[in-house]
Amino acid sequence: MSLDRRAVMAELVRDAGDTLVVAGLGSTAYDLGAAGDRAENFYLWGAMGGAAMIGLGLALAQPSRRVLVATGDGEALMGMGALATIAACGAPNLAIAVLDNGRFGETGGQASHTGRGTDLCAVAAGCGWRATARARTMAEVAALRPRLRAEALFAVIAISPEEVERFLPPRDGTWLARRLRAALGIAPD
Amino acid sequence: MGSVEGNAVTSWQDDVFDALKEADVRQIGYVPDAGHATTIRRAETDPDIRAVVLTTEAEGVAMAAGAWLGGQRAALLMQSSGVGNTINMLSLVSNLRMPFLTVVTMRGEWGEFNPWQVPMGTGTPAVLEAMGVLVRHAEHPAEAGLVVRAAADLAFGSSVAVAVLLSQRLIGAKVFVQKEGAR
Repeated sequence: MSLDRRAVMAELVRDAGDTLVVAGLGSTAYDLGAAGDRAENFYLWGAMGGAAMIGLGLALAQPSRRVLVATGDGEALMGMGALATIAACGAPNLAIAVLDNGRFGETGGQASHTGRGTDLCAVAAGCGWRATARARTMAEVAALRPRLRAEALFAVIAISPEEVERFLPPRDGTWLARRLRAALGIAPD
Repeated sequence: MGSVEGNAVTSWQDDVFDALKEADVRQIGYVPDAGHATTIRRAETDPDIRAVVLTTEAEGVAMAAGAWLGGQRAALLMQSSGVGNTINMLSLVSNLRMPFLTVVTMRGEWGEFNPWQVPMGTGTPAVLEAMGVLVRHAEHPAEAGLVVRAAADLAFGSSVAVAVLLSQRLIGAKVFVQKEGAR
């Protein structure tokens, strides 16, 4: 049994409230958009490997808000050092969820490192993350949701590598950034 | 750190930190360099600043983007060799049209004893400019703080990316020779 990525993302961001959500480039950004666009969502269309650190900067700047980084295994692998940086820094209001299909889905479905044995939960634990979790069923994903809103949690969710229909969220970064800042009540510079 | 704590060196390094502090920089990502030692030490002990040690310089660009999204100002401290590690991540600064400030200690340009530092040091200004980062230079101790202050005003006042290159002549090549000889 293999989880549908759209159903997983919909569950992760269900009743998101004022949680700030950063999605890594590619399918996770499409998944987040498909789950319902909101001003508190920030979609990456590039800057591969940067999602977690954008989440850290945001979490440090907004300590009273929850920040969720949702990204894919390829994006997380490219920014793997960020797991050490975030653990060393500490950010109690930041959680990361990796939707892991073991593939580079955007480029032809080549097997990624997680599809060849790399265990991102073990990497995060080795980097100093105290809370890590895995989910393989929708019940486990549902159990992750409140934890991702409350803990400094690193979670890996095994999803199906099956391709789903593309959903393209807004890709004007200038607009997305200012929309998010406005939602946070930040005045223009 | 004894070799970088001499009066003249500490003085301009303090000016650099003071300029960042006056610009209300609240997050400082860094990959260490002896030329940034004072700034890092003061940032680590300043209650209003989060100093974040990075595994690679690209992380600092992404962190600065997140900081700005959340309403805080950030700066990235790195050595010229790290500029190459930031290239693709710098696509954030033009796509978001966000302020970005980095202070770069130069290697490979004057009195360099390690030839491996020369290629990236030589390419640093062109790489930054190719990615849309405005490049400013500080060559003398008396101007280091002023150049950083002006760069911060430019970056945060008009949401552009600015790099201040602290020349190797300013930092002093001798310091590095002593430190590397000790490794």
